[in-house]
Amino acid sequence: MTRRRLLGVVGALVLVLALAVLPLMLGNYPVTIAARILAFALLVVSVDLLTGLTGLPTLGQIAYFGVGAYTAGLVGIHLSTNLFVQVGLGTLAAIVVAAVTGALAVRTSGIVFLMVTLAIGELAHRVADGLPVLGASNGLAGIPAPTLLPGGGPLTLVAHTYWWTLGVFLVGFVVALVVTKSPLGRSMRAVRESPSRLAAVGQAPYWAKLSAYTVAGALAGAAGTAWTAQTRFVAPGDLAFSISAIALLCVVLGGAGTLWGPVLAAAVVIIVRDWVAGYVSGYRELLLGLLFVIAVYVLPRGFAGVAATWRRRGARRVAEREAAHVQT
Amino acid sequence: MSRLDETRKEGLGDSLGGSDPDGSSGAAAPLLTVEHLTLQYGQLRAVNDVSLTIARGARHALIGPNGAGKSSLFSVLAGSTRATSGAVAFDGHDITGESEVERARRGMVRTYQHANLFVAMTVLENVAVAVERAAGRPLRPWPSRTDRRIRAAAAEYVARVGLADRVNDRVDALSHGERRQLEVAMVLACEPSLILFDEPTAGMSAAETARFGDLVESLPDSVTTVIIEHDLDIVFRLAHRVSVLAAGVLIAEGTPEEVRADTAVHEAYLGVDRNDDPLFEVAS
Repeated sequence: MTRRRLLGVVGALVLVLALAVLPLMLGNYPVTIAARILAFALLVVSVDLLTGLTGLPTLGQIAYFGVGAYTAGLVGIHLSTNLFVQVGLGTLAAIVVAAVTGALAVRTSGIVFLMVTLAIGELAHRVADGLPVLGASNGLAGIPAPTLLPGGGPLTLVAHTYWWTLGVFLVGFVVALVVTKSPLGRSMRAVRESPSRLAAVGQAPYWAKLSAYTVAGALAGAAGTAWTAQTRFVAPGDLAFSISAIALLCVVLGGAGTLWGPVLAAAVVIIVRDWVAGYVSGYRELLLGLLFVIAVYVLPRGFAGVAATWRRRGARRVAEREAAHVQT
Repeated sequence: MSRLDETRKEGLGDSLGGSDPDGSSGAAAPLLTVEHLTLQYGQLRAVNDVSLTIARGARHALIGPNGAGKSSLFSVLAGSTRATSGAVAFDGHDITGESEVERARRGMVRTYQHANLFVAMTVLENVAVAVERAAGRPLRPWPSRTDRRIRAAAAEYVARVGLADRVNDRVDALSHGERRQLEVAMVLACEPSLILFDEPTAGMSAAETARFGDLVESLPDSVTTVIIEHDLDIVFRLAHRVSVLAAGVLIAEGTPEEVRADTAVHEAYLGVDRNDDPLFEVAS
């Protein structure tokens, strides 16, 4: 068990290092895609916290992503180009909006919750599309290049905003990991398994659900600010229903509740959608659809399910070897 | 109905009067007082005007034929179902309008007739959820040093019901009997003052049932238990008082010996002279 843990830590470090040196090896366009993947992946992590961990399938996280993205943009235009201020205020705004909307949404569960969150996502889309302060349907343009430190120069290189996005993603992912290991994480899984049982031991499922919803909203908001940092432009189209749907599908594709599985799925989906689809123009949606159909047939429990099968097989082989060893 | 304990009835008045807000009344006041409780589903009265008092430290059993309304009564007492009418007082407080969560926090917890557990979690985690609620901060979003204490306490409860070797197994790997034992561990972890056991030994092996009996007998007097049970051996082993429910109505109450001798109970169980009533029809 400890050896597996060590392997996991080493593997994660290698992966982070590989991600960090990516801009030194690839051109601008692949790095832009990589940055998009990271921001989208953090959104997917927030969906997984609700869908996989808490058992609340959601289509509404895009709303908090949008709150983060637009807040960061507005802060950039009117207040400060400092990225720390942008991520702080953007996340804070997302937390507030998530807590208020969540207070109503988490009174429901299952398919009703799915519909309520769909409405929240669509509402955010409509607001972004109609509000002149946000640029309405033209989107929020004219966001100045962000700065990292007060008095420092603007980050104009793709690599710089990529590294910032990587940082936000890593912090967000670690926050999600820590939450799953915490008492809140346990309460969240208990809500998923049996809300009535949780109430019977004296803990109100409502507060566990609302806490989870707020944490997930914070992560989605942080992801939104990272999105703005690299695109310097937010459009209502960034909050479209199709993004919510793809985020939820990534959770299914990756293996709900595992965090790393959906992140991997987010990478695969964005690569297929933005890169592979470039070679077969006009078939982007078809390609994504095919990917999902194949995934559901081949990987019923997602990428994480495949990994679990490998682990079991590995354990069995070890057991067999040991048994053979004892016999000889 | 054979109401035998007149002194308990006297205690009923002041506990419902709310004259004792901190609940520190003498040992004579009953822990649980149920007054004229009725639960109606359409035309069916699942619980019909039941009045009942449970003394502190009591080992009380609730028996009756299938469909008598025992589990319905438990649901109303635990707060998962709202009563149609009537009042419930617990530890000197009127809890009629309180939710299941509030009642559990007051120390009244229940087990389920059909195991209701966190199936995709480990045995330890199941109990830890309960310990965490009683002792920790269940919504803290980061781990801390107290977590180890909570896990240790959870492991102790797991060991107490005899599941020590299953502590890290997931609930879906447990046998039916083991799940019942886990139910008991979770209830104990809430540090309750009143436990409502709903058919705890259903599906347990003889050894597991005996173990359950030992466990309940080992509970301190500060823990009051009410048990719904079909296994009359365990009822007569554990209970000092027995209430009999039939068709939603409390038809008898007393010591096990008195209940055994009660003609109304015999009628309810065996249907003597009650062949007109389909609930108690005797197969011919």
